[in-house]
Amino acid sequence: MKINLSTDSVRLLIPALSLIVLLCAVFYLQPRAMSYTGLNLLFNLAVPITLATIAQMLIMTVNDLDLSMGAFVSFVACVAATFLPTAPLIGTIILLAAIAAYAVLGVVIHVRQLPSIVVTLGMSFVWGGLAVLILPSPGGQAPVWARWIMTSKPPLMPMAIVASIIIAVITHFIVMRSSFGVLIRGVGGNTRSVERAGWSIISARAGAYALAASFAVLAGIALVGLTTSADANIALRYTLLSIAGVILGGGEFVGGRVSPIGAVIGALTLTLAGSFLSFLRISPDWQIGAQGAILIVVLALRLFLNRLEKREKGR
Amino acid sequence: MNIRKMLLASVAIACAAVPASALADTSGKKIALSNNYAGNSWRQAMLTSWEKITGEAVKTGVVAAADAFTTAENQATEQAAQIQNMILQGYDAIVINAASPTALNGAVKEACDAGITVVSFDGIVTEPCAWRIAVDFKEMGRSEVEYLAKRLPQGGNVLEIRGLAGVFVDDAISGGIHEGVAKYPQFKIAGSVHGDWAQDVAQRAVAGILPSLPEIAAVVTQGGDGYGAAQAFAAAKRPTPIIIMGNRQDELAWWKEQKDANGYETMSVSIAPGVSTLAFWVAQQILDGKEVKKDLVVPFLRIDQDNLEANLEKTPKGGVANVEYTLEDAQAVINSAK
Repeated sequence: MKINLSTDSVRLLIPALSLIVLLCAVFYLQPRAMSYTGLNLLFNLAVPITLATIAQMLIMTVNDLDLSMGAFVSFVACVAATFLPTAPLIGTIILLAAIAAYAVLGVVIHVRQLPSIVVTLGMSFVWGGLAVLILPSPGGQAPVWARWIMTSKPPLMPMAIVASIIIAVITHFIVMRSSFGVLIRGVGGNTRSVERAGWSIISARAGAYALAASFAVLAGIALVGLTTSADANIALRYTLLSIAGVILGGGEFVGGRVSPIGAVIGALTLTLAGSFLSFLRISPDWQIGAQGAILIVVLALRLFLNRLEKREKGR
Repeated sequence: MNIRKMLLASVAIACAAVPASALADTSGKKIALSNNYAGNSWRQAMLTSWEKITGEAVKTGVVAAADAFTTAENQATEQAAQIQNMILQGYDAIVINAASPTALNGAVKEACDAGITVVSFDGIVTEPCAWRIAVDFKEMGRSEVEYLAKRLPQGGNVLEIRGLAGVFVDDAISGGIHEGVAKYPQFKIAGSVHGDWAQDVAQRAVAGILPSLPEIAAVVTQGGDGYGAAQAFAAAKRPTPIIIMGNRQDELAWWKEQKDANGYETMSVSIAPGVSTLAFWVAQQILDGKEVKKDLVVPFLRIDQDNLEANLEKTPKGGVANVEYTLEDAQAVINSAK
């Protein structure tokens, strides 16, 4: 008997399995992690990473890549730690303007046919500069409500898990079920045919960028809610982490092939890999290499599955 | 009756005195070092000192464990995750050299709430529940100008080599230097370049600015840049000014060479990487139940003309002059803060 799995489920299988394997390994190494507080400590810093990964995934859906993700999340964190608590109105206006700026970026990239990598790399310096202007030295204060949400203790499951599930469900709905989601995935898959079908590619791109920026804004606020204050360089790591999260979760650089649930799982796996290595007490000199090795193993597994998939189709 | 009373009293006193005098109170405690960066000689020396002193302490049963962890990338978010992992691992105290003074506060608060003692040093954290062993970088900058004022009472032009732009240490040292110059107005800062605490960068930066400068009487530095500055002056065939050094081995070796050749005089000041061991002992003392002020100050390690040879000999090639602190040093620092 042959179990019929859709391509999408196969894509989700590897990230989900690697997360479960890592989780079991962590529980084995550190039984203390197998509790409400333990899980929260393991995963609460994954919440902003997850949101940033979703943002990156939306950009990758339209075949672009955002190299300014880390700088943008840092910028949002600085705004959230300075303006949002003292002058909520101005803070909100700044964040809305930043989202609008992202939409404009999407339009510019499309109209001028610029490579998104170059444009976003350039923008990363703009965001970084703005962050330093807003918060020249580390500090600031997280908005009370952000702190409250990030330290809340919902019944049954820790906040980090609840948040991850909510993020996964909402983005799955937006990207896989809504007509907007179909449109932007179509733009990534075959721009010309979507255009011929009478859709406006410009507005689709602008929409994807604006939605990505909204998730990045949430990531910045969530991060500040966890750290209590900000730093202009606080999230620089998120650029690469978010890309790795999307790829680890079964997404691809081109073709509009993405998976929101996979991206959330990818982000969680990346976070867990760090904890796993530190529980293993691997010497710091080897840790970067070991982290890379985990990534390579997971990606190799996926490549292997992709091959199988192709062979099946070829038959 | 009387004797019995006295006996009872002495037993009571003995009982009361035992816990206070017990030294090995921390023998079951585990201490972790959370370090954000290991990519330069200073940090390498810091980790080596930690290993050496804590290894000894674990062997003699002062503490149960003292593990060092370094994050792969110098990023606050990664270090916050590392600290949360340490909470899960059940450490009793966490010693931190932080990537950011504020971005770790959430994780530090989690640790404090879990009943863990948090001691930060060098890169300190602002969370009030943690202890801070701070370096008075401003004072370090001021002391350089004070030394120059003694050497050159008539003053002169000074070239300032700064560190990595945007890092608070750079701002603090530079601020101290400028305060010193304001106090001794016979000095004038003729130029200022960023040497990024690296000899090659400093050499390039100084070589670039030298042609536009008048005669320079002295160079104030932040450490890791003195040798590069000396090379730049030599390459431009200009007289060597008084260059303040920063305890790096190449700087001390060059100074020694000049001292032997033409009696060159200067001084060298920086923070000993062994400050990690001071933080270790402070954490141990807090676990031991000692009352310790939240803010402590680290002494600098200053090298002068007369103790140059002794320090150079002890410094490994490519390393930094170092001193490892003992329990007594830590107690002295704790007591001086009261």
